[in-house]
Amino acid sequence: MTSTEERAAVRSVRPRGRRVPAELRNAGLVGVLVVLAVIGGVTRPAEFLNLNNVIVILMQASVIGVVAVGMTFVIIGGGIDLSVGAIVALSTVWATTVATQSFGIGGIVFTALVVGLACGVINGAFIAYGKVVAFIMTIAMLASARGLAIQISGGNTQTIRPENQALVDLGYRDHFLFGVVPPLVLIFAVVIAAGWIALNRTTFGRRTFAVGGNPEAARLAGLNVRAHTLALYALSGLCCGVASIMLIILTGSGTSANGNLYELDAIAAVIIGGTLLSGGRGTLVGSVLGVLVFTTINDIFTLNNLSTATQQLAKGVIIVIAVLVQKLLASRSPTT
Amino acid sequence: MSATRRGFLVGGAVIGAGALAAACTSNSEPTDASTQAGPAVNADNAKPGKKVTIGFAGPQADHGWLSGINAQAKAEAARYSDVKFVVAEGSNEASQQAGQIQTLINQKVDVLVILPADGKQMTPSGQKAMDAGIPVVNLDRIFDAASAYRTWVGGDNYRMGFNAAAFIGQRLGGKGTVVELAGIDNLELTQQRTQGFDDGLKKFPGIRKIGRAAAEFTVQTGQARMSELLQAHSSFDALWNHDDDQGVGALQAIRQAGRTDFLMCGGAGSKTAMQAIKADDSVLKATVLYPVTMAASAVRVARLIAQSKAMGDLAETEVPSSITLFSAVVTKANVDKYLPTAFD
Repeated sequence: MTSTEERAAVRSVRPRGRRVPAELRNAGLVGVLVVLAVIGGVTRPAEFLNLNNVIVILMQASVIGVVAVGMTFVIIGGGIDLSVGAIVALSTVWATTVATQSFGIGGIVFTALVVGLACGVINGAFIAYGKVVAFIMTIAMLASARGLAIQISGGNTQTIRPENQALVDLGYRDHFLFGVVPPLVLIFAVVIAAGWIALNRTTFGRRTFAVGGNPEAARLAGLNVRAHTLALYALSGLCCGVASIMLIILTGSGTSANGNLYELDAIAAVIIGGTLLSGGRGTLVGSVLGVLVFTTINDIFTLNNLSTATQQLAKGVIIVIAVLVQKLLASRSPTT
Repeated sequence: MSATRRGFLVGGAVIGAGALAAACTSNSEPTDASTQAGPAVNADNAKPGKKVTIGFAGPQADHGWLSGINAQAKAEAARYSDVKFVVAEGSNEASQQAGQIQTLINQKVDVLVILPADGKQMTPSGQKAMDAGIPVVNLDRIFDAASAYRTWVGGDNYRMGFNAAAFIGQRLGGKGTVVELAGIDNLELTQQRTQGFDDGLKKFPGIRKIGRAAAEFTVQTGQARMSELLQAHSSFDALWNHDDDQGVGALQAIRQAGRTDFLMCGGAGSKTAMQAIKADDSVLKATVLYPVTMAASAVRVARLIAQSKAMGDLAETEVPSSITLFSAVVTKANVDKYLPTAFD
């Protein structure tokens, strides 16, 4: 038995009381969001504290948010998916070629979902059945999916043609539900709700925690760990497909440059959301809060005319602070 | 790459739904042959001369402008019966590109056209070719040392910003507020485009720049930063956007916010942008060229150098050592002249 497995086994027999309650973990992030809101409200009160700005932030958060939901499942299940950005790029490109667009909006949506799912299935099959390390397999997918995206598009930005404009119209104000809810945000909400139920109220969710916490114990308990691992990567790929459709709505185009560094943004959001990188523990709500924190930072910085460099610096600092706050809360919990 | 592609197709078939998706990679549509043809060649120089081999090494075409560069270079080379054109696989990595240039040197091509992945890092490669007696036409991203190239052909980022400011200043009648959507901030070309713009605005004391954000030359970041900029500035009179590719996203953000209260000037000269300018149905009223035709010019110049010919319309006996292209402002009035050379 390798030392990692030993540690995982040891962890799985720790008393449940040592776990930091999910509410506490998320409280730290809600605190960060509140602080950010105060900063935004003080520096640019008129522009930051209004409904339009909330819509801007939520629309930006929705695309990467859906990717982060899939990533949360993979990481709780003890894996990692570095290929999400490249899959988004490939799906948006494949879904916006002249040939795909000739099938109409249905063709675009179908292709984006199938390409995302197929990439996820390939990832999962090699990791679960080919025993390729997740890190390596998804890096290989990262390289080849983006390469294929560049090859198909020829490096060009493929815009949505006039006959499929109805899809892009979903991003415009006159298509908001009740005049205030953008369809993109609604999709995001549905994905969060479905993900939360799947993770917390179904056998699939419990199996995910079991597989991530201690795969050997899960196998001995009779779980089909391989099939479940494959399903997790397929789910992540499918989320990328959904995010691709959302990105096409948002930008009216597909390009091989899409989803650049999504893997880092999604993983960072999941980790500051309180999910353990080693698997077995995590919350979906935390990941969503993590995405909102990063999107709000972007918004505040642009509103205040600050440079990209300071923005990156602030992101780094906030990651460290969020993790430290979680540690602090963890050490204060009564059982430790 | 073909193995990966096959993998995808097989994967798709296994799922049972791949057939439609697989058929969807095609991007072919009837192309207009005239889009690839540049202006007429000087009659004497166009006549077939000594047979020459031109080597071409450029970055990976992962951006509309770069794929336009590749297309222009290939189309131009194909126009001459006396040119053999050898293209190295595009690469964004300096070490990989150095290897490709070495291969071209070993093949003893007569002249090299190099668009370096990075001008500074690739200088030794240019130097090596020159030392081996192969003249180098350095395209756009300039080498560190003058000895590393025979002739430099490239665009003028400073003047892009400067001309954008002049256009906006005139359109606004010298009064108003502007917002800038820049490209990747740590690139020299972004700093030059911003510097040129700021210097250009100094001629219009009534115009104030009230906001600036840096996107990353991608549609996605263009949309994100623009929607935040629009939120930050509830009213302004003009927008200077450094790049037409990110402009696709910026225009989406503008439509999503329902804003029509300002005019927009783009940069680079994509076909999408020029078509929008021609249609005149959005805030986009102009784009400042960073012409992809520079690749065709570089191939043309390389051929002349290899054949020891002069440039037809100049009095000089030799091809000049530096050719800086003009950053023309494309508006509805002159768009038809530039549309044939726009990149996809």
